[in-house]
Amino acid sequence: MTETPLLAVESLSVAMDGVPVLEDVSFSIAPGETLGLVGESGCGKSVTALSIMRLLPDPPGRITDGRILFDGVDMMSLDLPALRAIRGDRIGMIFQEPMTSLNPVFTIGDQIGESLIVHRGLGGAAARAETTRLLDLVGIPAARNQLNRYPHELSGGQRQRVMIAIALACRPRLLIADEPTTALDVTVQAQILDLIGRLRLEFGMAVLLITHDLGVVAEFCDRVAVMYAGRLVEEAPSARLFAGPRHRYTEALLHTMPAANPPGRKLPSISGAVPAPADRGAGCIFAPRCGFALPRCATELPPLEAPPHRLRCWNPAA
Amino acid sequence: MTATAIMPPRRLIARTLGTPGALAGSIILVVLVFGAIFAPLISPYDPNATRVCPRLAAPSLDYVFGCDLFGRDIFSRILHGSRLSLAVGLLTVAISLIAGTLIGMVIAFLGGRVDRIGVRLLDVMLGFPAIVLAILIVAVLGVGAFNAALAVGISGIPRIARVVRSATLTLVGREFVDSARAVGASQARILRRHLLPNLMPIVIVLGSLDLGTAILSTATLSFLGLGAQPPQAEWGAMLSAGREFMRYAPWTMIFPGLALFLAVMSVNLVGDRLSHILDPRASKHD
Amino acid sequence: MTLRMPWFLRRILGIVPTLFLTWSIVFGVLQLIPGDPVMLALGGTPVSDEILDNERRRLGLDQPIYVQYLTFLKKMAVGDLGNGYSSKQPVSEMIAARVRPSLELALGGLLVGILLGVALGIAAGLRPHGWVDTATMSTALVGVSLPSFWIGMLLIYVFGLQLEWVPILGDGIDALILPSITIGLFLAGGLARLIRSALIETMTQDYIRTAHSKGLSTLRIVAKHAMRNAIIPPITLLGLQFAVLIGGAVVTERVFARAGLGSMLIDAVLTKDIPLVQGLVVYTTTAYIVINLLLELLYGIVDPRIRSRRA
Repeated sequence: MTETPLLAVESLSVAMDGVPVLEDVSFSIAPGETLGLVGESGCGKSVTALSIMRLLPDPPGRITDGRILFDGVDMMSLDLPALRAIRGDRIGMIFQEPMTSLNPVFTIGDQIGESLIVHRGLGGAAARAETTRLLDLVGIPAARNQLNRYPHELSGGQRQRVMIAIALACRPRLLIADEPTTALDVTVQAQILDLIGRLRLEFGMAVLLITHDLGVVAEFCDRVAVMYAGRLVEEAPSARLFAGPRHRYTEALLHTMPAANPPGRKLPSISGAVPAPADRGAGCIFAPRCGFALPRCATELPPLEAPPHRLRCWNPAA
Repeated sequence: MTATAIMPPRRLIARTLGTPGALAGSIILVVLVFGAIFAPLISPYDPNATRVCPRLAAPSLDYVFGCDLFGRDIFSRILHGSRLSLAVGLLTVAISLIAGTLIGMVIAFLGGRVDRIGVRLLDVMLGFPAIVLAILIVAVLGVGAFNAALAVGISGIPRIARVVRSATLTLVGREFVDSARAVGASQARILRRHLLPNLMPIVIVLGSLDLGTAILSTATLSFLGLGAQPPQAEWGAMLSAGREFMRYAPWTMIFPGLALFLAVMSVNLVGDRLSHILDPRASKHD
Repeated sequence: MTLRMPWFLRRILGIVPTLFLTWSIVFGVLQLIPGDPVMLALGGTPVSDEILDNERRRLGLDQPIYVQYLTFLKKMAVGDLGNGYSSKQPVSEMIAARVRPSLELALGGLLVGILLGVALGIAAGLRPHGWVDTATMSTALVGVSLPSFWIGMLLIYVFGLQLEWVPILGDGIDALILPSITIGLFLAGGLARLIRSALIETMTQDYIRTAHSKGLSTLRIVAKHAMRNAIIPPITLLGLQFAVLIGGAVVTERVFARAGLGSMLIDAVLTKDIPLVQGLVVYTTTAYIVINLLLELLYGIVDPRIRSRRA
């Protein structure tokens, strides 16, 4: 890829209370591109997302190493006012729980319009007009009547649509979606993903989609990055990764997908558990759970291979 | 004492002394209790004897806290006052706890209409500002140290009953109550043998948290002229008398107030710590 | 069948049984006063049986107890609190004459309490375990053990008698300073604790993270998004304290020799003026219930979720 990336995360390391939770994570997203960041819960996906926005609560979280370049500017070097100018304006973010992520005591019109007032300097009437348009856009019918409603009066899917409207209010160039469909019903999940996909094309924005659901990624993303216990283990274009996963963890993860198994059969699971940060050895962190581990896997950390199929494994699948 | 049965007394005491605040509180409390018990031996003068010293004399080596209008030694009076304050405080808490626990336990155990009406009445009682309820009861009983203790004790019943009722409700559904019923235990026996022991920790916590307030409230009633009456050596009444002469003899109000403050604070510090240990949930409300 | 009523009407009607029960308890408790109420009404002066009987009839005390009770409820409902034993004046007028000093003190105390409590509570809540937090919370912990009448007297001694900065008696606004501080200090302690814990809890909520992700300023996040959610417990405390105070700050009025409703209640108890005690307690508890209701209506405005919740 010769294009300048919109977002480049370079060897990012994060510690919580001094314990490393993210180590040497690197990836990039081109303008308009969609990257899926996949892994089990606790692997550091959300920490990565919050770190990009510099929203990780400190303490306990601390970025110990690395750079986060957005549009060529290092987010680490920015002061708070400069960060605020980017947040909600050029990077929008949606979260897993639309129920708790919306402020219960303000109307949705107020919460969507707030970004427009703060970043665009819109007046009340103009903000309301634009908010109405945004609600139309995210598919909340009869939008004008909805402005004065409160989050608790909406369904889960509608709340997530409101979150999307908030994130997209200022037409950001990057949308970070942290498990946007996890808390929703299956039928609603598809609608929300469709909506994000449609708006991505309409706005020409890049999307970082964080999920534990490989099925979602397969449909939605241009590229996929797989994380395990705070490290990036494999990254490739979607078609390529799903056709031939090479890291043993990715392989195992694919086997646990419902679509990969005959209906009615119990889904396989990866035996063992993710080791706690304190119990991790020098080698590949997946080695203790890996059926293909070589002696060196436990002692030596595999290097990350170069694109297009980045991989961190000593004994990959063919 | 079921609560302490869970934890050996030695360990409970060690943990209670575990924070600087509780340690300081315990030391002050021990000194106060010691002073109260041995007041007749320690106090240099008869607390009620007048003209043992010059009227309104300033503190000196002979009269460490000075003297009041009638030439009584303030130190001796404070020392004797501690007996009354502690005794009245304990009596007050005992009244609230015993009556409150009984009422709360019984209405929760009987349930149904009794519970509904009981809760409604308790809630209405809780709608009275505490001091107003106590004053209303004094209006009925008449003034005096004992009646003031009774009034504060009675006005504390609804709150205890409310908490004990909730705690009982969570117990009534448990297996051990069902199995006691199944083997045909009488209701009184279930209440006494199965519910009461399990309620003891929370009752002890409530009592330890209430003791400070009880001492303060009864002293307040005395200060208002509704509790202990002169010439009884009581801190609130002494403060009330001291108010008149503070321009010339501030010690007449400084020392009784200090004694009251230290007593209430030490009890609160220890009670607060005790409740943290015995019932971590109860102390998370703030 | 459930009648669809606006939420605020449901709440307003909901206090009727509470008022009825409260008044009944006051009536019932005062029946327990030992001695013949007619004797008390006459101030204990020995009179002939004839006068006694006349007086008994005049006060309605010759009626059976349930008739007295119904008469009492009827009179309460229209605000007729009867006549005082010692002054022979209508109790409602006696109370009305004393409302002002109590209200002034309540407002003064509230003002001091809010200024101090809100400032300390926010400073402590935004930096838990910082020095403001540590100092405020340890002071509050010790402060709840302080007898308010002792603090009042110490304030009088230091600022009134020794430094002579403020008058300790009188009706002027400057005579209100020390009693207001006495009340305000105690209010501030509780208020600061509540604001602190509510703010700490609120600041960890997901919607605060959303607000940050929108690029809002810290001031906007705290003042708008956090405070609006954290404000109900502090409002409750203030409202209920205010309700108690307009019934008269019994202790503080005594310390500062202010002729308000609180000192009136003490005098009424000491002189066994039953109608006056009854009237004052009814007034205080009714004010408490009504302010409670107003608070609930206010919550509905602050937090839309409460409006739609079924009672």
